[in-house]
Amino acid sequence: MTPWLAVLAASAAVFSWKLFGYLLPKRLLDSKWLNQLAGYLTIALLAGLVGVQTFVSSGQNQSNQRIVLDERLPALLAAVVLLKLRAPFIVIVVVAAGVAAMLRLVF
Amino acid sequence: MSIGKGKVLNVAVSVGLATGIYGISFGALSVTAGFDIWQTIALSTLMFSGGSQFAFVAVGLTDLTTAITSSWLVGIRNGFYALSMAPVIGPKGLYRVLAAQLTIDESTAVSMSREELSEKKQGFWLTGLSVFVFWNSATILGAYLGSQIGDPKTFGLDAAAAAALFALVWPRIQKSVGAMIATAAIGSSLLLSLVLPSGPPVLIGAAVAVAVGFLIDRGKK
Repeated sequence: MTPWLAVLAASAAVFSWKLFGYLLPKRLLDSKWLNQLAGYLTIALLAGLVGVQTFVSSGQNQSNQRIVLDERLPALLAAVVLLKLRAPFIVIVVVAAGVAAMLRLVF
Repeated sequence: MSIGKGKVLNVAVSVGLATGIYGISFGALSVTAGFDIWQTIALSTLMFSGGSQFAFVAVGLTDLTTAITSSWLVGIRNGFYALSMAPVIGPKGLYRVLAAQLTIDESTAVSMSREELSEKKQGFWLTGLSVFVFWNSATILGAYLGSQIGDPKTFGLDAAAAAALFALVWPRIQKSVGAMIATAAIGSSLLLSLVLPSGPPVLIGAAVAVAVGFLIDRGKK
């Protein structure tokens, strides 16, 4: 398989999910249970990604994942403090990047 | 927290800008993973889903079949976003196809944070378009810089991505059910990451966390 074919196939695969949600029968959309499911799943997936992006370190290959405490954790904690202070989104992201970059520069 | 506050356009632009910051990170990572600049740009325009794109280039050229599968599985949440956005977007066919491509974390989060239908619509379209423009511009910039700066971690771009995702989930975890779902998701995703390749741990962990959410609901009744 060429890289180009993979890029196009994966893009089509991701788009299929996006379109699928719009093509489901209308009565499903009125279901309280499904709406709750979608809401819960959003929280669960986003939180899971936060966890993995903060604590998981992958080696050269995907089978070599580890849980680590590194510069990303203080960066996330800084983001939590700023969220509590109701700082703008852009400030939170920039400060988090800055904290991680500074710590890596110093240590 | 800027989401849910202020004018919709302001929120859309600031979310787009913030996303752009880690779009730079994506462009750089994709190029360092060995994809050329046009493939990198194609991923951002055609796939247009950060989590899936990061998963795709993380697996990379060594195993393209796994790269496709991982990005596809990471993208499943967009189907659920589409499900919640369908009543907001309305029934028109062409709009749905366009809306489908813009159905991502950010457009859904901004739309769902609004109360009135007109603002939900504005939030979705403005944020989707804003993120599309910034994300793709940033990808081009990142792909260029990636060939210059070496490791995007030097600039803390990996931590910025985590912080941005956390800021998006923050308004949803202010209620105790949401907080418990998030905690369960983080815990189970991390445990599963020890035994599974990237992608599935987040999905299976999410399934566990959703089950926890429904159990909490049942316990309250």
